[in-house]
Amino acid sequence: MIPAAAGHPGFLSPTGVEIAFVLVGLATLGAALVTVTTKQLVHAALWLVVALGGLAVEYLLLTAEFIAWVQVLIYVGSIVVLLLFGLMLTRAPIGRSPDADSDNRWIAAGVAGASAAVLVWVVADAFRTTWIDLDGPAQGSTQATGAFLFRHWVLPFEALSVLLLAALVGAIVLSRKDRGTLPGKDRGAAPRTVGGAAPGDDRAATPAEDGEAAPDAVPEAGSRTDREGTS
Amino acid sequence: MNDVLDVAIRLVIVFAVFMVLPLVVGQAEHKVMAHMQGRLGPMYAGGFHGWAQLVADGVKFAQKEDIVPAAADRRVFQLAPAVALLPYLLVLVALPIGPSEGAVGQVVDAGIFFVLAVMGVGVLGSLMAGWASANKFSLLGGLRTAAQLLAYELPMLLAAASVAMAAGTVSLPGILNAFQWWWLPWQIVGALVFFVAGLAELQRPPFDMPVADSEIIFGAYTEYSGLRFALFLLAEYAGIVVLCGLTTVLFLGGWHGPLGADGLGWVWTLLKTAVLAFVVIWLRVTYPRLREDQLQKLAWTVLIPLALAQIALTGIVKVAID
Repeated sequence: MIPAAAGHPGFLSPTGVEIAFVLVGLATLGAALVTVTTKQLVHAALWLVVALGGLAVEYLLLTAEFIAWVQVLIYVGSIVVLLLFGLMLTRAPIGRSPDADSDNRWIAAGVAGASAAVLVWVVADAFRTTWIDLDGPAQGSTQATGAFLFRHWVLPFEALSVLLLAALVGAIVLSRKDRGTLPGKDRGAAPRTVGGAAPGDDRAATPAEDGEAAPDAVPEAGSRTDREGTS
Repeated sequence: MNDVLDVAIRLVIVFAVFMVLPLVVGQAEHKVMAHMQGRLGPMYAGGFHGWAQLVADGVKFAQKEDIVPAAADRRVFQLAPAVALLPYLLVLVALPIGPSEGAVGQVVDAGIFFVLAVMGVGVLGSLMAGWASANKFSLLGGLRTAAQLLAYELPMLLAAASVAMAAGTVSLPGILNAFQWWWLPWQIVGALVFFVAGLAELQRPPFDMPVADSEIIFGAYTEYSGLRFALFLLAEYAGIVVLCGLTTVLFLGGWHGPLGADGLGWVWTLLKTAVLAFVVIWLRVTYPRLREDQLQKLAWTVLIPLALAQIALTGIVKVAID
């Protein structure tokens, strides 16, 4: 498919895979833009599915099969479901929601543009002279990824898992905050953030806001059943 | 050119399986449920024991008007059935049914991840349907679906990880090649956890809280009619086929059998899948629906600890063998 491209790679004679890569990238970018500009809340979440799925396709085109499926599994299968769950529990009107717009849009755009620039610069600078041989054995196969992860990158991997564990413990602590105050005391004393919402609503919104991982729903589900049992 | 033809033939076969097996499971459900409840089930369509009942149902669905509620979000509402159904078709491509190279639609290197990831996407269809219908019951059904998915995805993944550890690979044909008969008792807890979690993910009884007809009519699918409704039903039965096939491949040894592993491997796969599908139907007739809190409690306090224990056991035995 790639005649002699591995010898002297360049941008001027794009191969089929490279063209596909660029096209999918454009589609992903478009979906991401729609995600942040659409006025309909749930549509934003659904466009996010398209953007994340497009990213997975990009990984596939770069022969990183394992990463691609993990991307779909974690982001599309769990994070977006969590987002939709949170939206449906709190408010998910059909049609436009004018109050979904933020006054910070220009600051947000600036921050987004700056972080994108930094990321592009770092990635481009780091991999400037590295070329993936798309014809050879898959360099992103599960075996290669696993060996790399557990041979060269064990420390960051373990540090990340400790970080996630801390987030998990934190989520449990947060969701159990009013446990001691529940019997006898005034429930209104508990520091609630969302004014006027029913207790069930903002309690369930917590895992959606930090949007980190599916296990965050653990304390939420557990505490709800406990509370229904006691009250 | 030969490659193209090869791929085309494979895809056609996978598609044919995808169209036929769910209908077979559906018809089996009609008859098995009927006999378990002391009645006959459909007896007229097609003549012999009503074999053509589902075909007749399909014709009926195709004739019905395709209604979209006025307040619904049109595009999302119409897209939802496809999102619910297509993932199961994709999963079937990766399921090996025989020992030879050609007995799988497409060898996927990270097969387990592919299968579980794509199956998870199917639930988005139910969520979209629940939200876009502009109906309280649908929204409640969508919510229950999401809560159920979040709870049962984890034990399913953990149980599958246990098999991957045992085989030392995440590719589905690779797992089957490494399979030994004594894996059956070794991984039995993981198999049960996987099967139960899969049932919950498919929203089959006793985990059909999201479509509990006595409470919320038909959950996320309440507003659907005609072919789109039929697509959701088809997705459920395709899900049964996929779940049973996957359990067969991961835990029951797929094409391995006491005899005739070479030529008759695919028969063993189909046989095991059929037995599991029978169990799915059997469970539907046997158990009452779980309440929402019981459902969550089962996942977080029973299935996940069991799956973790299975992983520990797998690790210990694996180290002991090596």
